[in-house]
Amino acid sequence: MYLLHLVIILPFIFALGSLFVSKVKQHIHTGWFILPAPILIFIYFVLRLPEVRNGEQLTASVPWMPSLGVNFTVYLDGLSLLFALLISGVGSLVILYSIFYLNKRKEAIAQFYIYLLLFMGAMLGVVLSDNLIVLYGFWELTSISSFLLIAFWHQRERSRYGALKSMLITVFGGLAMLSGFLLLYVITGTFSIRGISANVSTIAEHSLFVPAMLLVLLGAFTKSAQFPFHIWLPDAMEAPTPVSAYLHSATMVKAGLYLVARLSPIFAGEAGWFWLVSGTGILTLIYGSYRALKQTDLKSMLAFSTISQLGLIMSLLGLGSAAAIYSDTGASLFYVKATMAGIFHLINHAVFKGALFMVVGIVDHETGTRDIRKLGGLMSVMPVTFSIALIGTFSMAGLPPFNGFLSKEMFFTAVLNIMEMDVLNMQFLGIVFPVIAWIASIFTFIYSMLLLFKTFTGQQFDKLEKKPHEAPLGMLLPPVVLAALAVVFGLFPNLLSYTLIEPAMAAIHPTMLVPGQQFDAAIHIWHGWTTEVFMTLGVVAAGIVFYRLHHRVKLLHQPLFSGITLNKSYDGGLNLLDKAAKGLTDRYMTGSIRHYSMYIFVFLIVSITVTMGGSSNIRFDFSEFAPMSLYEAVVIFALIVSVIAVAFAHTRMMAIILTGTAGYMVTLFFVIFRAPDLALTQMIVETVSVTLFLLCFYHLPKLKKEIESMRFILPNLIIALGVGGVMTLLALSASSSRSFDSISDFFIKESYNLAGGKNIVNVILVDFRGFDTMLEIVVLSIASYAIYALIRLKLVHEGHPVRRG
Amino acid sequence: MELYMSLAIGVLFTVGVYLVLSKSLLRIILGTSLLTHGVHLLLLTMSRLKTGAAPLLGQKAESYVDPLPQALILTSIVISFGVTSFFFVLAYKAYQKLGTDDMEQLRGEENE
Repeated sequence: MYLLHLVIILPFIFALGSLFVSKVKQHIHTGWFILPAPILIFIYFVLRLPEVRNGEQLTASVPWMPSLGVNFTVYLDGLSLLFALLISGVGSLVILYSIFYLNKRKEAIAQFYIYLLLFMGAMLGVVLSDNLIVLYGFWELTSISSFLLIAFWHQRERSRYGALKSMLITVFGGLAMLSGFLLLYVITGTFSIRGISANVSTIAEHSLFVPAMLLVLLGAFTKSAQFPFHIWLPDAMEAPTPVSAYLHSATMVKAGLYLVARLSPIFAGEAGWFWLVSGTGILTLIYGSYRALKQTDLKSMLAFSTISQLGLIMSLLGLGSAAAIYSDTGASLFYVKATMAGIFHLINHAVFKGALFMVVGIVDHETGTRDIRKLGGLMSVMPVTFSIALIGTFSMAGLPPFNGFLSKEMFFTAVLNIMEMDVLNMQFLGIVFPVIAWIASIFTFIYSMLLLFKTFTGQQFDKLEKKPHEAPLGMLLPPVVLAALAVVFGLFPNLLSYTLIEPAMAAIHPTMLVPGQQFDAAIHIWHGWTTEVFMTLGVVAAGIVFYRLHHRVKLLHQPLFSGITLNKSYDGGLNLLDKAAKGLTDRYMTGSIRHYSMYIFVFLIVSITVTMGGSSNIRFDFSEFAPMSLYEAVVIFALIVSVIAVAFAHTRMMAIILTGTAGYMVTLFFVIFRAPDLALTQMIVETVSVTLFLLCFYHLPKLKKEIESMRFILPNLIIALGVGGVMTLLALSASSSRSFDSISDFFIKESYNLAGGKNIVNVILVDFRGFDTMLEIVVLSIASYAIYALIRLKLVHEGHPVRRG
Repeated sequence: MELYMSLAIGVLFTVGVYLVLSKSLLRIILGTSLLTHGVHLLLLTMSRLKTGAAPLLGQKAESYVDPLPQALILTSIVISFGVTSFFFVLAYKAYQKLGTDDMEQLRGEENE
């Protein structure tokens, strides 16, 4: 066990501890006991910064299932460190915030912190694991803990709905991802990510390479709420706001981004990867920003905003993968800029979106509503909250001097660069990327402004549940820290670029650098009068115009496709699945034993016919058949007639007697075919059973039905004829071909010598194969005990068994 | 002889299955009893018929019929006798208790 392992385990230890603490120390908010965990982890990771910056990679491994190639291997490089810092940093702030947000008397806070810590540990495990199976395990644990957190207020129906939806979608993606991982294992024979990326050139030729890529991407897209799998995220907003801030803006939804970035070295050379990742990302960007405009609930607006920003980062990671297509040329460094923008925006988004969610939580907490139509004029009452919101929204809209401005500029640079790409049909489609990016930025600008000004300016409403006032200091502190970071990263972006972004880029593009060289990740706050600046100016101008016109342009605030929405298809699909499964089961599970017997017999006919038809060893050879005498012909005729007559018998008495007749005919056959013991037994058994049957049914009251003869039902006859025909063919083919000599020669020869008996059948029964006989006696005794019990056991009417005697 | 035996076995199976598919509980049991006869004759037929004397060494014959299938059938007769008698008593009790032997009326309830 190494320190790196301990860091992952630490939240789980605290989760266990919080269970006891919440019981023992009830007057102190459990959150205070939890807070050290993320802070310690954060400090640990900050201290690792210099080592990672120098290109050292910390790795540690503990064997778990070595025979299957599954080891708990952790691995810290630039990319993992970036995510680990986000998780522990935002985690500390969120826990601090939640201490003031959740009431320790009214809420089940012990559960809350256990789930939250489970999530934190799982998320650290995802970003630090080198082994794909371990990564998958932690990945599913994030899904499960997210499910628990969304449904934290499980009395509400909407919470349970949202939790179930997110569970179904992310677990669906997770399972697809697992199959992708298994395919990667089939291709390479190792689960280690570093091991797989080491021999990437050989695996790209493999036929399973593309399926593996698609399945892994499915996992990443569902987790990161990419179109069309984004539908779970707006419904996940039923969770407590700290959860939304942490899971659904800063960490879990970025797990998919992490996966894409982490596996980029493996898949990036593939054209499909470039198209899927960047295309899905850009589609999600425009769709999310457009839908965010129409929301009236602040958290839904932020949810769609998150979706759109995740799409932005995803598309940047896709565009950055173009560098691998141009590997070995100078052009590759040109496209790497997109990756840099992606990483930078990933940090920025976590910062400002975390702050915005906390702001919304404060507004909700202090006014009792999140509806944008009921809010207004909070600027003067809540000045600090307003300042944070202003920084957050301006940063989100991409305005200087905040960090969002820089990442938006870099985003524009990346999409403009991609226009110049001359492979993969980009000379025609290249223009699409900048256009969509520009329009989406306008939408982003508009909803950011709506979010800020509709909440904090204008008329103050009187109908609010509470008298609004500024939030307590503890609740304000975390968003203030995040807002300050947004400003600091905006003014001094190189703080990040040298410490975090460069090592992360080195992790995403490992082959791009000659040893010793480093990416030029310097970010300049002002870079001259470039095209990007004019694009931003255009965004601001168009944004202001549309914001002014907001009420008059229906496109911006009224639902456009109310007929068919993805949510409706999801709900309808689930419903349909439910109904179809029930319908199918109802159709074949009729409860009628006749139907079930029919299935069995039809299956018997079909399977034997198909097997016999397909086999070349079936032959019918009548040459060695024994001749038939007149006497035997008469007996066979009598058997057939009596058997057929059973089916036509009018009364059950008649049917019993005819069955008995058939049994006596069988006895005669045993006589003819030289089987005296069989004939004896068959005769006795037949006599006893017929007597028993007659005795039983003679005493029964006559019901109206029983006199009726059998009704003729054609399907029954067809199935019966089918079984009969098949069995005849089986008997013929079995008796006309014999592959081996019988072992009976042994019994005949040794019956007297070994066992001292001349009746060979009896010797077999009690000597050679005595075990059969013993168990057959057991069967008979069980049957007789059961019959005795059936007769003696009296059941009272209501179905309560009463034991007698 | 084997050819005609096979046909007889076919008839036994046909009628047996037809009875098993019927509605009356009694006829279903009679059907299983016919199926049992069919199986026994099938076992016997498959080992060739009339190839020698009865399997009693006292007969001092040149060849005997195969004794092994006979032993198997004997075991089977006894077991099927046990099972059939149990079924009969079960059917009898069901009939007494429920007042019907119509399988369609003996169906389980919905959503059971």
